[in-house]
Amino acid sequence: MGAVWVYAEVTPEGPHPAALELLTKARRIGEDVAAVALGPGAGAAADELGRYGAATVYASEDPVFADHPGRPAAHVLASLTADHAPSLILFAGTYGSRDVAGRLQARTGSTLMANATDVLAPDRARTEIFGGTKIVDVTLAGPEPRLVLVRPKATAAEPSGGTATVVAVAVDVPADARGARIVERHEEAASGPNLDEARVVISGGRGLGGPDAFAMLDELATTVGGAVGASRAAVDAGWVPYAYQIGQTGKTVKPDVYLAVGISGALQHITGMKGAKRIVAINKDADAPIMKIADVGVIGDLFSFIPALTQEVRRRAAS
Amino acid sequence: MNVTALVKYVPEPQGTPTLGHDNLLIRSGVDGALDPGDEYGLELALQLAEASGGQVHVVSMGPDEAMAAVQRALAMGAASGLLVTDPKLRGADALVTARVLAAAIARTPADLIVAGAESTDGYTGTVPVTVAEMLGIDSVTAVRRLEAVADGFRIERQTEAGYDVIACPSPAVVTVTAGATEPRYPSLKGIMAAKSKPVERVDAADLGVTDLAATQSVTQVTDSPAKAGGEIVQAGDEAVAKIADLLAEAGVI
Repeated sequence: MGAVWVYAEVTPEGPHPAALELLTKARRIGEDVAAVALGPGAGAAADELGRYGAATVYASEDPVFADHPGRPAAHVLASLTADHAPSLILFAGTYGSRDVAGRLQARTGSTLMANATDVLAPDRARTEIFGGTKIVDVTLAGPEPRLVLVRPKATAAEPSGGTATVVAVAVDVPADARGARIVERHEEAASGPNLDEARVVISGGRGLGGPDAFAMLDELATTVGGAVGASRAAVDAGWVPYAYQIGQTGKTVKPDVYLAVGISGALQHITGMKGAKRIVAINKDADAPIMKIADVGVIGDLFSFIPALTQEVRRRAAS
Repeated sequence: MNVTALVKYVPEPQGTPTLGHDNLLIRSGVDGALDPGDEYGLELALQLAEASGGQVHVVSMGPDEAMAAVQRALAMGAASGLLVTDPKLRGADALVTARVLAAAIARTPADLIVAGAESTDGYTGTVPVTVAEMLGIDSVTAVRRLEAVADGFRIERQTEAGYDVIACPSPAVVTVTAGATEPRYPSLKGIMAAKSKPVERVDAADLGVTDLAATQSVTQVTDSPAKAGGEIVQAGDEAVAKIADLLAEAGVI
């Protein structure tokens, strides 16, 4: 059986947290675990990747990987795969990793499974469908390496205390295979934590009636140090950008507290937040499906409840 | 500029999906629609074609009913369509789908190929870039804005931190995020005109795609553990206190 690899996204700030989750999982299903880290920061990340279970880190610091999304990384990964024949490669379910995995699939002609919630063996993975109400076990067949995209936060990252041997990767990406080039990077900094890491997430749905009401959620979020999310309905209506979307076709979050404000609770949305420790729903409709999974359902007018809650939290903080 | 838009016919998003005895999603004989997620890219395609005097060609793969998705795209303003439909393609995975779509797209020259970011029923989200690799062209995903410029496209791509501006040569495959455009409704005139627009129907063999082997199989489907219900309270001062208490218990305030 070949090795289990993790494609680790890296930046000068370190490895993406999902890479550490994937390594934790890889250790449990394979004896021979390696990581592939491509781009500035790869060398520095190798220590941490080793600590989480990578025995080998195939690394390159070449800026081509940061400047050109997807294509060069897929090219180099295809070449590493041909040389070393891993059985399975795990990818985080991020925009960036999806691009690499999708292109790699064209080269390897091997199976790709997305949205895995668990990986049970090099040839078996698990996912959920129908809004998370059904668990589906899938056997992966066909040529190796099998490619699996794993939903973030599906596993808790745990270090194993190992060290990695770093193998420098020769980068040979022809100019016409570099592809599109990033010319500007813009941060739209939220004032608080980002959605993936926030301990409290306050999400708005169709019940907010428009973009303006999101200011009310922002205020509560700032007061509790949380982040604001949205249901697909609010994003489709153009009230907030796609980056806010939580659900089947958006982010999965696992905060300590999730406030679903004016969200009916379509299965599509629930998939993205049902792992929250405590769920509070605020809605004028007592029969909204979200009430079935809420720990507390508050029935009434969100436009007066949310400001009142914000005020109460401030009052308690002041006393 | 000529643009090809990929559209998928999906089971009605508001409906209740079901699995057949073979553990495959039932797509035939259920109410379906053009995937709402595809409409954002289709709208972008229509706008680009209109601005440049070009045309939009629509490509789809699905059961016979999927023609309804092609018809809707034509009614919105696309000029022509191609539906790949074949019983052998039932249950096709991402790889087979990409092979089919790449072959279908290659039949009609295009400067840009647009798709949705992920389908409402499968949400794999990788098929468009696999198609791009098979066609040997560039790709940019999660596009929220695109303009044609001298040497290709200037694109704003959604990222976790905000957005990147990307210079992308033509031709390219792009996936467009929800909310990037406001899709138009087909007019009655458009619906009537759609009926006489050219649409081709082909199967896998017509496209020369013969490797249709399934490489994933579902071994079992079980119910997730149901979450226990909670309590319902009326909004008011007590409810405010209750939720503030809950936040305090969670150590958040």
